[in-house]
Amino acid sequence: MSRIESTTFRDSLSVSFTVGAYGTAFGAAAVANGFSVVQAALLSLLTFSGASQFAVVGVLGAGGSAFSGIVTASLLGVRNGVYGVIMAPRLKVRGFKRVVAAQITIDESTAVALGQESRSESAMRQGFWLTGFGVFFFWNLFTLAGALGAQAMGDIRVWGLDSAVPAAFLGLVWPRLKSNRDKFLAISCVCFALAMTPILPAGLPIIATAFIAIAVGVRA
Amino acid sequence: MNAFWIATIGTSVIAFLLKYIGHNVPERFFAHPKVQSVNTLIPIALLSALVAVQTFTEKSKLMIDHRLAGLVVAIIALFLKAPFPIVVISAAFTSAAIYNWF
Repeated sequence: MSRIESTTFRDSLSVSFTVGAYGTAFGAAAVANGFSVVQAALLSLLTFSGASQFAVVGVLGAGGSAFSGIVTASLLGVRNGVYGVIMAPRLKVRGFKRVVAAQITIDESTAVALGQESRSESAMRQGFWLTGFGVFFFWNLFTLAGALGAQAMGDIRVWGLDSAVPAAFLGLVWPRLKSNRDKFLAISCVCFALAMTPILPAGLPIIATAFIAIAVGVRA
Repeated sequence: MNAFWIATIGTSVIAFLLKYIGHNVPERFFAHPKVQSVNTLIPIALLSALVAVQTFTEKSKLMIDHRLAGLVVAIIALFLKAPFPIVVISAAFTSAAIYNWF
């Protein structure tokens, strides 16, 4: 690997630390929703995709089945697969390196890599690896801190953790609401999920909104 | 094995497979604009539904409680372009204050 460009290094590190720090919120949310500290830590190590992780703890916390939790998390994880399609021809790695690259293919590593592409091809690759490993390190560290902290708290409502989870989801969706179509979809899904909650088993109203997204996306 | 373990392992295995399969699919496979459009819309749908369900429901019943105050503060924080940790902490703080005082 050639010399690491200082701008790439700075971009990667700042993203890694800020994003990794959200791990605290995830660790706390997992424990608040009934997951153990070990399960929270494993989700961050193995699933390693914030939105999917929040989704699975959110669905089980709301009384949904393991199946509903897995499906919701996986639908959110499809995004990472698409990033993989974009990154593979740029990284050009095989075998074990490809396995490692796949595991750290997330929103942030892809975004930083593509952001460095105008600088140089090596800066783009460095951005991907540095951000991927950086977020992985801090995300896991802070997940553990959040999970242990929440375990020590007791009644989570006293600390407002039951509001931290929906606020985290809102923080994740907010920057994605760019066009009027996005906002219309978001509001429709809120109404649909609430209307279906008393009727469908917990978790299914959330999964069903993916079909609204498909309908809107195909029609447009 | 209880539901929490099944969810932890199942989510992790599928999450990795999705990433790995992506790295092994030719790029032209995803070139269609409708596929890309659906790909950006699905997270919006699921995350919005999760916000709603986590704020307004309790065991399959609709409910308005202290969590609404947290959500309102989170929305205000986002309108003011606050960073993510501030959004989460201000929501938690507000919700805790309402829960503890009323």
